[in-house]
Amino acid sequence: MKTQFRQTFGRAVKFGLIGGVVAIFLCLVGIVEIFGKRSLIEGLVSLGHIMLFLPLLATGYLTAKRASDQAQMGKTGLLLAGILSGLLSGGTLALFMLVGSLINIRAMFIHASPTLYDMLTFGRGMAAVWLIPLAGAILGAVGALFRLLPPRIQQPAMRGLLGILLVGLFAGLVRPLLIARPGWPEALGRYLFSETGLTQAGALIAFVVTSGVVVVWSSQGKTLQANISRWPRASRLALRWVFFGMAFVLALALPQFSGPFIAQVIVLISLNILMGLGLNITLGFAGLLDLGFVAFFAMGAYTVGLLTSYGEYGLAHLSFWAVIPIAIFVAFMVGAFLGLPVLGMRGDYLAIATLGFGEIVRLLAGSDFLGKWLGGPQGVIGIQKPCLGFLGPVLGVGFPRICHGWELSGPKEIYYLAVICAILVAFIATRLRDSRLGRAWMAIREDEDVAEALGVNLIQTKLLAYMLGASFAGLSGAIFGTLVGSIFASSMQLMVSINVVCLIIVGGMGSIPGVVVGAIALIGLPEAFREFSEYRFLFYGAALIAMMLAKPGGLWPSSIVQRELHLDEKTEPGPKNASTTSPSVK
Amino acid sequence: MRTTLTEKFGEVAVVVFLWGFRILVVSVVVIGTILTIRAGKYTGAQWMDFVIFGIARGSIYALIALGYTMVYGILRMINFAHGEIFMSGAFSGYFLANSMSQSGFLDKNPVLAILLAILLGMAFSTGIALLVERIAYRPLRKAPRLVPLISAIGASFFLQYTFRGFFGPGIYAYPNIKVLTGEWNIFGVGILKMQVVVAVAAFIMMAVLYILVMRTKIGKAMRAVSESKDVAALMGIDVDRIIVATFAVGAAMAGAAGVLYALMFRQVNFFMGFVPGVKAFTAAVLGGIGNVPGAMVGGIVLGIFESVGPALFLDGLGIPRPYQLQDAIAFTMLVLVLLFRPSGILGERLTTKKA
Repeated sequence: MKTQFRQTFGRAVKFGLIGGVVAIFLCLVGIVEIFGKRSLIEGLVSLGHIMLFLPLLATGYLTAKRASDQAQMGKTGLLLAGILSGLLSGGTLALFMLVGSLINIRAMFIHASPTLYDMLTFGRGMAAVWLIPLAGAILGAVGALFRLLPPRIQQPAMRGLLGILLVGLFAGLVRPLLIARPGWPEALGRYLFSETGLTQAGALIAFVVTSGVVVVWSSQGKTLQANISRWPRASRLALRWVFFGMAFVLALALPQFSGPFIAQVIVLISLNILMGLGLNITLGFAGLLDLGFVAFFAMGAYTVGLLTSYGEYGLAHLSFWAVIPIAIFVAFMVGAFLGLPVLGMRGDYLAIATLGFGEIVRLLAGSDFLGKWLGGPQGVIGIQKPCLGFLGPVLGVGFPRICHGWELSGPKEIYYLAVICAILVAFIATRLRDSRLGRAWMAIREDEDVAEALGVNLIQTKLLAYMLGASFAGLSGAIFGTLVGSIFASSMQLMVSINVVCLIIVGGMGSIPGVVVGAIALIGLPEAFREFSEYRFLFYGAALIAMMLAKPGGLWPSSIVQRELHLDEKTEPGPKNASTTSPSVK
Repeated sequence: MRTTLTEKFGEVAVVVFLWGFRILVVSVVVIGTILTIRAGKYTGAQWMDFVIFGIARGSIYALIALGYTMVYGILRMINFAHGEIFMSGAFSGYFLANSMSQSGFLDKNPVLAILLAILLGMAFSTGIALLVERIAYRPLRKAPRLVPLISAIGASFFLQYTFRGFFGPGIYAYPNIKVLTGEWNIFGVGILKMQVVVAVAAFIMMAVLYILVMRTKIGKAMRAVSESKDVAALMGIDVDRIIVATFAVGAAMAGAAGVLYALMFRQVNFFMGFVPGVKAFTAAVLGGIGNVPGAMVGGIVLGIFESVGPALFLDGLGIPRPYQLQDAIAFTMLVLVLLFRPSGILGERLTTKKA
């Protein structure tokens, strides 16, 4: 009993200190201040306060959770442990503020501003610094109490609060859409959302709706699923088609009511899905880690730029539709060209060599050496938009031509092009995966030597993986070129390649729906939160780490990889060595 | 086994292509060099400058590369956040150097002050690296290979933007150290003092590290763990402790490199770790990844090629502003080394399972 007691409170102290350090970190990095400008619930609490309170709340909750999981403590004991950890978190924060008020740390930490101190003391000045430990203790107690709630209440309450947070975060996106439409949408928008966040009524509705859905689903969801699985096969298929149909209609109508910004975000997501599907072939299927994938994207973009631009560097003024196959072909051939030298390399040598290729392409494109043809740092500008209709005059390609028909002039129109291409390529990728070639790729991924012994032609198979992957990226680059209307070498950064690798891993290696989910999570979310753009990479980085710790298989792992992993677990008991059981790149 | 005609043809085509590629690059280098030397645009002193600058910068690359190569040797993992460890060392060194320069200490005792800045940079970098290892890498020891890589990329972003949040996106100028401005005249050639000091300091650090790895008990344990974790554990080595020690040593080198780099280029910025990080990783691969002397050689070779290359190879070919292609030379050289000698300059050939 005594050791349990000591353990619990020792852990409370540890968690409390960690929570305090995290809170100080959030303050100094500026998140608390900048999120303080956005209110979550009008007049009650700002996002900044949430950011500040979250670690304190979490310490209380985690302390209680660990204690109740591992030691049989009484309820008062848990509560006390929660209070202790919250108190310590708050105390650490208060200590930091006292230090901050004595020495001027602002010369170093630019965010240690008076606004921050004001926020931390709830606007009462440094004399009220004792409020923070008090608030910490209360929050710690709340966290611990939350843990003590029966799970039946705990889960819906948690989801409900999360619902408020999500709706509040997206308020900045949704509100303008609703307000822009007179009539009931405008009234609804004004009722639910305030200028900077949710109204109190809106928050209540968000909470009730989310927790209601959770309650209903947890009580009825299983029976519903069981019912559907008892349906005949034909009607289950029909249900699936109905869902697809609804999604299709929704997708078709989306840019019409969402406005150009969201359309642009979706185009970017689709372009990244295209690239992701391409890299999914090289990396996900064939297991060849390519960190220079942007090279192929650049090929597609520059091909479109040079062949359609009516700017200085345009070589011809072909129609966009005629250039797309050329762009794909160019990327395909460059895939072969860059793939051949690295055929013999494995693992990380391959990664770094491809990284080198990517950088060489970018540097060459931006240099004065090729500047005569590619525009150097000024880039290729004035790229023609795709035209549905006829490009007149028909004859002669040497001068700008005018589109008679429907010109896909902005993100709202290119949206359709990008989404259709993404769906098409996803279909092709699925068929490739299930083909003989796809199985050969996976054999190479699992073990090159065994695959070769079984009669897989390594050179041909690997090269095809490079070339097909490259051609998808080329298509993506082509659409990017026409979307932006200008191409600069500086947009072909290593970051692009890294992003694509990340989205594949986050989505789940070798999984095609995973690529879609990964692109939405890694490209869509950061784009949607542009107002916190200063911090998007901070969250991005933290999310990548958290994701790898929590779900290393990805958000939507491929069923094949999953099956193999489970087989591994059954056939190989005992400690595993990363290099022997790794299902991924060797 | 029967090979079909097309397969045979494919293999021949690949070989022809690869040799064509090699011959092309080598002939570009040779022709460029001959033309440049015949044109005589640069004097001997200028070439000397290029080389010294290359050695100074290369020795910094080498210091960073040591961290990459040691961690790779033990964990077979690209520590993508290493460039940010380097950056954090430079930042902490900056704040110390700045306060010392304001109090006048820097001008009175420049040697001590620089030493202090380097020590602080090393300590701070080590702290950050240990935190990163504890949070982002250790739980993933047994995960598939790409998982820690992504986690490392995440850590890299996180650190970059943490520093941006703490200190802002601006560029901080390192204080000027009066003793180290100007040139020393050696054999009639003027050499910037700063470059000499940086290179010498880096070489001393590398020598210390080499002795640590080759002569001490913990170095022996590191080498044992990098051979085989399981066997090392059977021999009574605490593998986790050795991994932590490896991260610490690598980070200390990177921290020192950060301060030296900042002394030489006189500015720090939250993004400064990225490019040197990539270059240093290139250097590590160039020398043979997992190989400690290899990282040193790779770094210096890379530094020299980068600084001499544009003038020597490209200028003669009539390429305008060859310095824009400095990084391209570094990466082309990397690809070439991997083509000619896939295991790096000093690397032993890794078995396929290891690579």
